[in-house]
Amino acid sequence: MIIFFQQFLNALALGGAYSLVALGLTLVYGVMKIPNFAHGGLYMVGAYVTWALLTNLGVPYFLALGLSAVALGLVAVLLERLVFYPLRAAPHIHPMIAAIGVLFFLEAVIGHPQVFGADFKILPSPISGIVNLGGVSITGQRLLIIGASVVVMLALFYFLKRTTTGATIEAMAQNREGARLVGINVSRVASLTFFISGALAAIAATLYAPTSLVSPSMGEVMNLKVFAIIVLGGMGSVPGAIVGAFLLAFAETFGGVFVGANFADVVGFAVLVVVLAIRPQGLFRRTA
Amino acid sequence: MTSAPARALPARSLPTGWPWLIVFVLAALVPLFVKNGYVFDVAINVMIFSIAAYGMNVMLGYAGLLPLAHAGFFGIGAYTVGILTLKAGWSFWLAWPLGIAICAVLGLLLGLVAFRTRDDVFAIFTLGVGVIITQVINKWDALTGGNDGLNGIVAPKLLGIDFGKSASFYYLALLSLALTIFLVARVRSSLFGRSLIAIRGGEDLARSAGINVYTHKLRVMMLSTALAGFAGGLYAVYIGFLGSAITGPTTTFTVLLYLLVGGVGALAGPVLGTLIIRVLQQSIQGLQDYQYIVFGPLLVLLVLFFPAGLAGVWAHLRGRRTAFETGSKKENKGVRDAGV
Repeated sequence: MIIFFQQFLNALALGGAYSLVALGLTLVYGVMKIPNFAHGGLYMVGAYVTWALLTNLGVPYFLALGLSAVALGLVAVLLERLVFYPLRAAPHIHPMIAAIGVLFFLEAVIGHPQVFGADFKILPSPISGIVNLGGVSITGQRLLIIGASVVVMLALFYFLKRTTTGATIEAMAQNREGARLVGINVSRVASLTFFISGALAAIAATLYAPTSLVSPSMGEVMNLKVFAIIVLGGMGSVPGAIVGAFLLAFAETFGGVFVGANFADVVGFAVLVVVLAIRPQGLFRRTA
Repeated sequence: MTSAPARALPARSLPTGWPWLIVFVLAALVPLFVKNGYVFDVAINVMIFSIAAYGMNVMLGYAGLLPLAHAGFFGIGAYTVGILTLKAGWSFWLAWPLGIAICAVLGLLLGLVAFRTRDDVFAIFTLGVGVIITQVINKWDALTGGNDGLNGIVAPKLLGIDFGKSASFYYLALLSLALTIFLVARVRSSLFGRSLIAIRGGEDLARSAGINVYTHKLRVMMLSTALAGFAGGLYAVYIGFLGSAITGPTTTFTVLLYLLVGGVGALAGPVLGTLIIRVLQQSIQGLQDYQYIVFGPLLVLLVLFFPAGLAGVWAHLRGRRTAFETGSKKENKGVRDAGV
């Protein structure tokens, strides 16, 4: 039973990190209808920016978190302006392929020996030690992931549902033409959405990376997982992304126990294949 | 889109093939003059990966679907040959067709599920399947050798010809490539091919014109995965070693890069793009670390400014020139050849 709760908390932390990355991706898809394959790249760069701030400049963890979020938000805005905006009228496959190019580029730049190099880096955790909750122990960092991801998600919901700026994002996701008709600056909303998406990726990377390792290929794995998540939840759906993230996290954590750690990564994709075979449009979307 | 008159196609398909014949005769003469093993190595790699690129082209270029599990099927073809020849002692000439058949059947099975989704979701779904294939190959130690891979796959022999020699293998690869191009060209000009183009133009419209979209997609998927397996089988016996990395998404994206450079949908596109990028890669091999710093933005710039690739640029120039010289009659031909 203790092992069960232990795994339960681990899955919660994993799910929290997945949700933040997936939320950024699903927001961009909802607003722009672009499956941003470079999203995992932003996540990876976010981890490196934080690492550089912490180890090279000695910036405190939470300040580094904020700075990294802003930096990656700006990178994402730049990406939207330079790549996705010019391709807004192109066939659907073009932005997808361009995003793959960006992902390659980011990975190659970060992995270049004169930048960060291909070897693994360790992101120090601000909370060392293990917290004991009635026999169930959890690392401080995992508790921080759970707490911080809930706070960030609540803030995002408040922003989307209760502020006018946030409502413009919702409006554009629901109906692009309608949003333009009522005077919403579509291009500004696009930039804003990309900013949020980049910032969320950086926050997730800063929170999650201390529990694993930082490497140029970390983005690829995360990329595949968050795509699986938003397809699971229904492309563009915000609640779908969160439910999908926790579903995947639990499937990986508990599935790993049954099929062995070797195949833990496959479990997530197997869940995706099964769900799509039954509900091609995802869990939270009416039409495909 | 395909504005050439339909009845003229079968009659004219022979004469329009003669530039290809010249190219292949010239390519077949190369080993008589070139004795450099390095040139053979580059050429054989180009031919193997062009076949894989043709497999992707029938999906992306004709049917407008982005299959991101492509390298996975390349891997299944390669590992089938590797496992059967190494562990079961099969002849390559039996294992190769079986690998292709397995790829086609698995492609059909994947299609049955994957074609319930459309567009972006289809691409992401197949990407997920591609990752599963790589992971399974990587972890199934007993069958695939896992991380260590399969080592010592022997090149085949036939009628006293040892394909372990690069000049002989060059002919095997050339023949395979010629067969692939011939097959793909036939598909393109057939009713099946034109139905695929209609599906690319708009699924609902194609359906309303009486095309069974689902069946056509399943068939093109089988063709695509079979070609991937075809290339994979050749790769296995040429390299002699198989590791799971070659079956991963990076290979899929690299093939996609070849296709984009050459021209998506064009008959010459895959071989042209593979040749150019492979030769470029060889010449900047000393700068391995810079490779994707160059190729990443190249992919973006191509999509932004030359979405039809080199073949598109060529068709554009030729279309414009012939239109200028002999009126618009020939323009359609140029565009049709490029498959645009």
